[in-house]
Amino acid sequence: MARSTPEVNGGSLADIAFLLLIFFLVTTTMDIDTGITRLLPPEPDPDQEDVQVRVNQRNVLVVLLNRSDLLMVGGEVMDRLALKEKTIEFFTNPLNKADLPVMEETEVQFPPGSSSMLPDDGMWRGQVSKGVISLQNDRSTTYGKYLQVQNELVAAVNTLRNDFCKLYFDKKYDDLNTANPIEEEIQAGIRQIYKMNISESEPKNIGGRN
Amino acid sequence: MSKFRKKSGKGLQAINTSSLPDIVFMLLFFFMVATTMRETEVQVKVKVPEATEVKKLEKKSLVSYIYIGRPVAHVARMYGTEPLIQLNDKLVSEEGIPYESLQDFVLFEREKLPETDKNKMVMSLRIDENISMGKVDDVKQALRRAKALIINYSARKEYREQGRQR
Repeated sequence: MARSTPEVNGGSLADIAFLLLIFFLVTTTMDIDTGITRLLPPEPDPDQEDVQVRVNQRNVLVVLLNRSDLLMVGGEVMDRLALKEKTIEFFTNPLNKADLPVMEETEVQFPPGSSSMLPDDGMWRGQVSKGVISLQNDRSTTYGKYLQVQNELVAAVNTLRNDFCKLYFDKKYDDLNTANPIEEEIQAGIRQIYKMNISESEPKNIGGRN
Repeated sequence: MSKFRKKSGKGLQAINTSSLPDIVFMLLFFFMVATTMRETEVQVKVKVPEATEVKKLEKKSLVSYIYIGRPVAHVARMYGTEPLIQLNDKLVSEEGIPYESLQDFVLFEREKLPETDKNKMVMSLRIDENISMGKVDDVKQALRRAKALIINYSARKEYREQGRQR
């Protein structure tokens, strides 16, 4: 008669597994990469002649960052935390001021029936700003400060988009699911109403060395 | 003949721990799968700035990394303490702006992507917050020239109290 095999003691198995577990716990860095995505303008065509595009003065908000990281917006020195409000005012021109951008009557098509605030055909009619923000920095500006300013500008546009989206579609713009064609169309529509019009000038050296 | 016999005499019963290894192994496998061992050793010190409007970077396969910062101690011994550029895992040791290296880097990375994704390539700029914009502008110009137009300024999530955030 065959001897029954002696049972393997599994008591230490847990210890070994724990040891491995703790090793992986410690070495794991679950860093999710986060950041602000922007689009660079394409390189200008060398054959293309320099065309002076005349832009109405009131449609441009000049944001300057000098080499001591001081911020100047539209001719006045400003704290970075005030920039967002200023940008929102610039893009919406709520009081129809003469020195803020021209608002243009525009039609934007949304998916029909997607919002009760829109007419049945889904056509939105309203005012869209022609404003452009021109961001200029010096070569000695620190990157941290530059990104903070970028952040405020992006925050302003995001706030406008979110507010609009909340009002019409009862959802935040960022929460719309781009995999869903209808919601993607909504996003595209809102992007037409509140454009991310941030232009960066060709780098230049405004006083001072590198 | 009582149906409910009183447990007696035995004291505390030992807890059956035979499923403990299974549970622990399950956790272990989860962490093993979730772990992404960073294959690149970052040789420059990068402390990315904080921002409120950050979004997650989707699709890791489309992303290439450009690091700019001052070199870490053991690299600084060879290259000095001036800010350097690192492209994925390769440190660029040239002085000034390595237009050539950047161009090659973009071409090389683009070559790795499938045909349909070639124009979706994302350049993640992991730049130390104290670097001056001159270097960043030069890199951006080089990227424009290489037609790598989607960039991502890497930043940490910053939380502000509600009052300030309108």
